[in-house]
Amino acid sequence: MTEVVPMADLEAYAGRLGIDLSSVDLDSIQLPPGDDFGIKSDDDEDLFHEDALEFEAGFANVVVVDNLPVVPPEKFEKLEGVIRKIYSQMGTIKEGGLWMPVNPETKKTLGYCFIEYNTTQEAELAREKTNGYKLDKSHIFAVNLFDDFDKYMKVPDEWKAAEIKPYTPGENLQQWLTDEKARDQFVIRAGSNTEVFWNDPRQLMPELVHQRQYWTESFVQWSPLGTYLATVHRQGAAVWGGASTFNRLMRFAHPQVRLIDFSPGEKYLVTFSSHEPSNPRDTHRVVLNIFDVRTGKLMRDFKGNADEFATGGSGGVSGITWPIFRWCGGKDDKYFARIGKNMISVYETETFGLVDKKSMKVDNVVDFCWSPTDPILALFVPELGGGNQPAKVSLVQIPGKEELRQKNLFSVSDCKMYWQNNGEYLAVKVDRYTKTKKSTYTGFELFRIKERDIPIEVLELDNKNDKIVAFAWEPKGHRFAVIHGDNPRPDVSFYSMRTNQNTGRVSKLTTLKSKQANALYWSPAGRYIVLAGLKGFNGQLEFYNVDELETMATGEHFMATDIEWDPTGRYVATAVTSVHEMENGFHIWSFSGKLLYRLSRDHFYQFLWRPRPPSLLTAEKEEEIAKNLKKYSKKYEAEDQDVSMQLNEQDRKKRKMLQDQWNEWVAKWKQMHEEERQLRIQLRDGVVSDEEEEYEAKEVEVEEVLDVVEEVVADLDQE
Amino acid sequence: MRPILMKGHERPLTFLKYNRDGDLLFSCAKDHTPNVWFADNGERLGTYRGHNGAVWCCDVSRDSMRLITASADQTVKLWNVQTGAQLYSFNFDSPVKSVDFSVGDKLAVITTDPFMGLPSTIQVKRIARDPNEQTSDSVLTIKGPQGRINRAVWGPLNKTIISAGEDAVVRVWDTETGQLLKESDKETGHQKTVTSLSKSADSSHFLTGSLDKSAKLWDSRTLTLLKTYVTERPVNACAISPLLDHVVIGGGQEAVHVTMTDRRAGKFEAKFFHKILQEEIGGVKGHFGPINALAFNPDGRSFSSGGEDGYVRLHHFDPDYFNIKM
Repeated sequence: MTEVVPMADLEAYAGRLGIDLSSVDLDSIQLPPGDDFGIKSDDDEDLFHEDALEFEAGFANVVVVDNLPVVPPEKFEKLEGVIRKIYSQMGTIKEGGLWMPVNPETKKTLGYCFIEYNTTQEAELAREKTNGYKLDKSHIFAVNLFDDFDKYMKVPDEWKAAEIKPYTPGENLQQWLTDEKARDQFVIRAGSNTEVFWNDPRQLMPELVHQRQYWTESFVQWSPLGTYLATVHRQGAAVWGGASTFNRLMRFAHPQVRLIDFSPGEKYLVTFSSHEPSNPRDTHRVVLNIFDVRTGKLMRDFKGNADEFATGGSGGVSGITWPIFRWCGGKDDKYFARIGKNMISVYETETFGLVDKKSMKVDNVVDFCWSPTDPILALFVPELGGGNQPAKVSLVQIPGKEELRQKNLFSVSDCKMYWQNNGEYLAVKVDRYTKTKKSTYTGFELFRIKERDIPIEVLELDNKNDKIVAFAWEPKGHRFAVIHGDNPRPDVSFYSMRTNQNTGRVSKLTTLKSKQANALYWSPAGRYIVLAGLKGFNGQLEFYNVDELETMATGEHFMATDIEWDPTGRYVATAVTSVHEMENGFHIWSFSGKLLYRLSRDHFYQFLWRPRPPSLLTAEKEEEIAKNLKKYSKKYEAEDQDVSMQLNEQDRKKRKMLQDQWNEWVAKWKQMHEEERQLRIQLRDGVVSDEEEEYEAKEVEVEEVLDVVEEVVADLDQE
Repeated sequence: MRPILMKGHERPLTFLKYNRDGDLLFSCAKDHTPNVWFADNGERLGTYRGHNGAVWCCDVSRDSMRLITASADQTVKLWNVQTGAQLYSFNFDSPVKSVDFSVGDKLAVITTDPFMGLPSTIQVKRIARDPNEQTSDSVLTIKGPQGRINRAVWGPLNKTIISAGEDAVVRVWDTETGQLLKESDKETGHQKTVTSLSKSADSSHFLTGSLDKSAKLWDSRTLTLLKTYVTERPVNACAISPLLDHVVIGGGQEAVHVTMTDRRAGKFEAKFFHKILQEEIGGVKGHFGPINALAFNPDGRSFSSGGEDGYVRLHHFDPDYFNIKM
């Protein structure tokens, strides 16, 4: 960084120049392009440079309106009034920001004008809304941004063949998967630092991979397969990755981006921003861009006011729920959809247009979700007309839009849909009113997607008045867990979609009574689950084995706010993020609940495991490995032992070194202490006793005669 | 390990001191009356009445005859340990924060707070054998450090004075000339207020605790930084075991920040560290406020802690404490 000039010096300097510093808006100062006065920018690269130029030129907020009527001077004012009226609807025109040039000879107008707005967003809006505006038959406005003129002027008149660059092989973005020790990575954000670590449980500490200050301006996010790490900046988003370290691979210009979302196959990136309206009565303006992650090309943008993008169809009060665009499951990234008023808009990524060129009409739809694996949509429509029209959950196949299955539900108050991550089952949690309509009770409708005709089964809890605290499917499995109950200590139940005899029936495995838990975290590999008591329960953890139906371990990470399994299901991270002032940091546990190590960091914001792409092994191969686990694990066990031996050796050496160093100091001190002995005795006026060892405790027995009484003892022999 | 709870103060504890024989424990608190206790069973022997403000610090002479106390009422008082009678009172212009007898008990180093425009000072007073001959003249006055000086103690052979306080710097001064001899490094030293300072039994090294959530071990003669012990809480008190290679540090969330109902939230624990390996050995819980004072019995077989909660907790170590293997 450059040297820092104290404020006092600055003020003195400004005083000499006759500038009142308090009246200077420092944020408005813009350096001339290309000159940074030797002050390096924080992100130390020419991040979004060409984009930034647009702002610095200062004409991005000017539009040019063409095809105006040519009027004599007497009509000039009237025309100006009309234009002002039209264009002040889109935003605030700057003072003196409307200029209509006049032909100096004829004194007539030239048929165009310039309008300068306060912000670029307003200018863009004006172009969008009034390009093609019909003032009358012969005057149809042609509106362009002033900056665009430059761009269009530069287009060469003659076609030139595009230069084809030779292919340069990129680096292996999946290098991290080939780690010899098969470790996983995670990213943490604390203070202004963002750090990526290897999780190294053998060493009982993380190993730093990459660290950067001010890497992002708000948050970081891994892409769903772990290839990229996305950062968010004022000018847009960027993705990072690479073989050995983290290089910037691509950036996506989107001023003031707030939220980002990857498609599940990480082909596309959706960015979102919301802009303050110039008129406080208006709603926020929303801009959504969809980029191709690899090329950085903008595939499609969506603009509109916030109301249009608010989900919840009929209501529309809930505001924006992210992600607005929900992606169809699977690697292909073929479809994405969003909910609108009385419709679901499904887009496909070939053309980035609507499937069948029109949205799907679904009256009053309030919620939808994709199957995680197949192009199947689950929709929920609430009850209508005071119960005359039942609530409905339906499954719709895309792109055919045919309804696969539908279920009508009565006296429903609310509904939530949970897909199992292989797309085999769908659980719909239905809250129904009781007869009095005063309270609700909960049941589940379980869909078996992969079976013929998609059978539905109804499941009610043993005590159907129990409140459902949490629900979670076992990943890749057939089981699910439910936390239920109204007590301060709720119960946890496990169910299976299979029974021993009949595979088509749901059965209860067990219920654990009064647990301090309010959240469920299944291992991504299934079988193990962490029952966590966050918030009110102060971070109680129970590691449970669902195969054996037994608790493996209990633990506590006091005040824990976040829990995340690593993508392989070997480790669990629990973190206290900066919602609490104290205890910030994270703990790493083994799957069986053994605390491995912990790290404290002040102002801890994020902990994210780097996801892994799905395994390339076939199901049969995986099964074979599971069967012959002993054979495979032998090698790793030997390795583990080596490492732990080595570690012990290192540890021992270090300790010995520390101990030796200490002994050296002590010896020196002892010697000096001895040398100073005489002086000390002198200071104490000849009191010799110096060392504690010299005084010893003596046990002294003192006998005291309290009383002497003489008694005549009767002679017992006399008889 | 069952602690003995000693409830004799009505306000937060500020300081604890064992006499050399380890049979008496002196406690100071923000109420105005220091107490003396039997160090083995926690029975109260007596009180020293006379101060009119919080008592911040005390020291007891080698022969356990004289007690000296420093108070916010701007006085330092000398007491007869046995009778509780006040022998002499030094008057100052500002609250007095710390006091320490020299080797031989003929001198005492005293620190005063910055107050009403006056800077903080370190002063040395001569302590007369006979209280009737006691005068209040200062032998030496040192000024210079910014802010409060939380603790000043004598270095080996009374040749130096070691001070530390709000400016986070540990300093060594010459007792003859009052010159600054050494200063701790700003980079490697403490980053926030040093709250406590405690010497080893032979004065060869000392431990400082700071609000920067760490404690550091220094060489008394060279002011070399030897060790650093990191915790999760601001450190208010620290002590070095005279018997084993252990140090104990205590503290906790600052009293004004304690809002949670769960007392674990504050981490009001006395934490034991291995002095050489800098590894955490364990913690002793119990206080329901931050720990303000810690002291080891000179035999190293018991220690006591004083908290913001007004309690002194006296702990006699279990036998297995002496067998801890690291």
